[in-house]
Amino acid sequence: MAVTHQLKRVDFIFSNENDWEKVLSTTINKKPTDLINELISSELKGRGGAGFPTGLKWKLAAEAKADSKYIICNADEGEPGTFKDREILSKVPYKVLTAMAVCGYITGAKEGFIYLRGEYKFLTPELNKAIKEFDYYCKEIKFDFKISIFMGSGAYICGEETALMESMEGKRGEPRNKPPFPTQNGYLDKPTVINNVETLAHTYTIFKYGAKKFYDLGVQYSRGTKLFSVSGDTPKPGIYELELGMSLQDFVYEFGDGDTKAVQVGGASGFLVPRKKFKDAAIGFKGKLTGISLPTGGSMMLFNSSRSMFNVLDNYLEFFREESCGQCTPCRVGCQQLLLGIKAVKRGEKPASYLSKLLRLTETMQYTAKCGLGQSVANSFSSIVENFHEEMIY
Amino acid sequence: MSKNISISINGFPVEIEKGKTILEAAESQGITIPTLCYHKDLCVAGNCRVCVVEIAGQTRLSAACATPCEEGMEILTNSLKVRNSRKHIIELLLSEHNADCTKCYRNGNCELQKLSSEYKIMTQDFIELVPLKKYSVDMYSPSIMKDDSKCIRCQRCVRTCAELQGVNALTVAHKGDEMKITTFFEKHMRDVVCTNCGQCVNHCPTGALVEKNYIEEVWEAIADANKHVVVQTAPAVRVGLGEELGLEPGTRVTGKMVAALKRLGFDAVLDTDFTADLTILEEGTELLTRLKKALVDKDKTVKLPMATSCSPGWIKYIEHLYPEYLDNLSTCKSPQQMFGALAKTYYAKARNIQPENIISVSIMPCTAKKFEAFRPEMHDSGYRDVDYVLTTRELAILIKQAGLDFNKLEPVKYDRLMGESTGAGVIFGATGGVMEAALRTAYELVTGRDVPFKNLNIEPVRGMEGIKEASIKIEKPLKKWAFLDGVELKCAVSHGLVNAKTIMEALKSGKANYHFIEFMACPGGCLGGGGQPIPTNSEIRKKRADAIYAEDGDLPLRKSHENPEVQKLYKDFLKEPLSDISHHLLHTKYTKREHY
Repeated sequence: MAVTHQLKRVDFIFSNENDWEKVLSTTINKKPTDLINELISSELKGRGGAGFPTGLKWKLAAEAKADSKYIICNADEGEPGTFKDREILSKVPYKVLTAMAVCGYITGAKEGFIYLRGEYKFLTPELNKAIKEFDYYCKEIKFDFKISIFMGSGAYICGEETALMESMEGKRGEPRNKPPFPTQNGYLDKPTVINNVETLAHTYTIFKYGAKKFYDLGVQYSRGTKLFSVSGDTPKPGIYELELGMSLQDFVYEFGDGDTKAVQVGGASGFLVPRKKFKDAAIGFKGKLTGISLPTGGSMMLFNSSRSMFNVLDNYLEFFREESCGQCTPCRVGCQQLLLGIKAVKRGEKPASYLSKLLRLTETMQYTAKCGLGQSVANSFSSIVENFHEEMIY
Repeated sequence: MSKNISISINGFPVEIEKGKTILEAAESQGITIPTLCYHKDLCVAGNCRVCVVEIAGQTRLSAACATPCEEGMEILTNSLKVRNSRKHIIELLLSEHNADCTKCYRNGNCELQKLSSEYKIMTQDFIELVPLKKYSVDMYSPSIMKDDSKCIRCQRCVRTCAELQGVNALTVAHKGDEMKITTFFEKHMRDVVCTNCGQCVNHCPTGALVEKNYIEEVWEAIADANKHVVVQTAPAVRVGLGEELGLEPGTRVTGKMVAALKRLGFDAVLDTDFTADLTILEEGTELLTRLKKALVDKDKTVKLPMATSCSPGWIKYIEHLYPEYLDNLSTCKSPQQMFGALAKTYYAKARNIQPENIISVSIMPCTAKKFEAFRPEMHDSGYRDVDYVLTTRELAILIKQAGLDFNKLEPVKYDRLMGESTGAGVIFGATGGVMEAALRTAYELVTGRDVPFKNLNIEPVRGMEGIKEASIKIEKPLKKWAFLDGVELKCAVSHGLVNAKTIMEALKSGKANYHFIEFMACPGGCLGGGGQPIPTNSEIRKKRADAIYAEDGDLPLRKSHENPEVQKLYKDFLKEPLSDISHHLLHTKYTKREHY
């Protein structure tokens, strides 16, 4: 059994943002080092899915020496099944703007960008209105920080932080080699903090209430709360803020339709967990959680027994085949081979044993792909093929 | 000196300069890590992933070309995990690649083929992707053929076109499975900004980009008893050809090459260096005439600086991107085209052969020369001046097909009448060579004395610096050139079109103040041309350049105007530089082209 919390709904993110002016003005009167320490002690980890410690990221950027630095809010929310960032930006935009400005204060950046997913263009009028008002207030308190929106054009890969920066620089959205990391050489080769929308919104909570309030929620290594985008075969799809560390069993009990066969945690690049493993699976980052621990950007897709897992995988692979940037071999060719491969097995043109070759291929992709996209195709592929082997063949 | 750090490679300790990549560290230990997208001329891409290595403590593998060494790093270049992953990647590339090697132009000199042979990829378990896609070969350019079915998407051509040439004719389009290397609106290569320089061909690891070859056409011409086939060889070919035939880079093979060409059956083996010398007289006179018009006649219409016009890649570049400067170009044809025009006029008459029975072939380090020979204006002899252009690589193919043991050939001399040359003609093959040759002649014409440089070696215009500048002050000129007394002749030399761009932008903004500029499209000049042996990189270019200057140093005559055959040509046929007949046969005009 996993060491987990009971499923608990919380309401931080979407709570009142009317006090943003006060939060901003008081926060930027504190010492940057104190703020960084506060953030580090909260143990907040990136909410985009990768889970890099946010405090450390800001610290690295603050320590970097450069004539200019940048803050980017990654709002290229493209992972299939996630729709939380859209809600944050339309309901509590000031929290995000405030967090960006505070990050600018801490790191020394004077300019911030919201990289907005192409499909979210409809958010821009309201968001621009908020930015304008925010700007007005910054001028009033003589705080120098400028925020603008940069529109993406709909490529999934541009959610990868370095591809995103390439795209902002007017180049093809292809991930860069790492190192160097964005905190050293980011946008325009300058130190850059790039955070997911939700991560920024959490820092607002931390600066407003202090790290302890955040730290006290969740479990060790997975502190605080997280927004979940619940979709699929569920009577109550939507966005929910839950404490990290719950077991998938509890989650399905709350959100399932009574016939849940599997849950895809973390979108197409995440893992599929079959019913028999629900009780061993916990939602959070690796560490104290025993059993399976599932980091997630918040996408939770529920499938009931009417769903064919072959079709699910086929759908994911089609997505990856199209959304790979195409630059590196394992991802570009690997995704094509995986998709064609499972179809060939299904049609009987390749023996069932070919699935093992494909599983080894996903391992190679995980080891050698240039960025997170190619590396994580293995997650859904192996978890679906291994748990629903029969469905792949017959 | 930078600090050294300690790492280990395959268990053995290694000291390496901080900042070096894993690939460089391995190389320093004599360990070859396979690469495909990596090229010493280009920035690191890290996209093919065949160079992955294992670093202790990391689950994922790292690209050796893109990962800097760090203190204490324990690297495994050949662990089982590395080998298996690498084999997988090669298999994936092969599944996407039209691996019909026996029918490929690059068969035998393909980096993917070599890798798959080394790793003994004997089966193809993955599904072949080539038949599932619609590929067609772009064969409409007279210089370059592009076959996407053989492309491994390493983007070396894209980086070459952008970084070395600043042209960006080739670019990446689409994503995922449809990602490919293409041109503006996916037009044919002949219809875009492509300069035909062939650097992409030279940097392509596979057969996706190759020269349009005219091997069979040349064999047919040789076999035709009614045709008199003359061949000219460009200066840079003699220092590159050996590499294709098993010799070290920088080996001079002039005499052996002439012997081989005679054995291949060419009726006359002549030298482009001869018309290089001729170019100097025409172009030098043109420069002095322009200077006189500008300085004495105060003629505002005369354009300075004057730019050289020998490099057809550069010509097409300026026609596309700086057409407002076309009047700055020397009107001289390139040595190849001067040779072609003379072969079917002067030579035909002297040899008493009907010009229609002459087939004129040239051996060039260049793919743009193929396009140049096809230009509609290059028919001043009344026929197509140059019929076929072969690259250095194609000549090597002819030699191999004929079964010649190149190394055993006794060196022989060029045939006479358009076969005599000077050291000034030879150095046309290196960046700065045209400038040096022109200065040797122009200075002497004007002052009656040698250029004021030791052994006639004008060092400031030599070497691999992207842009070189030199100035010569003219003192005590001959009476005819008195107006040049005290004038400081300012010159610049650029090679690689990305450097041409820098100079052109400086001219545009009024920041550059030169009289004469030499432009070569390719890095290193012709010796680094797109038609030269593969691989070509900075080390190899340096060796070829050394060979060219050695060739110059060894020749008895080193000034173009001293070439006795050129003198005879003027006496018997052309009369004087810029004469009417010179204008008709040896000069040309240029065409404004689109920007994309």
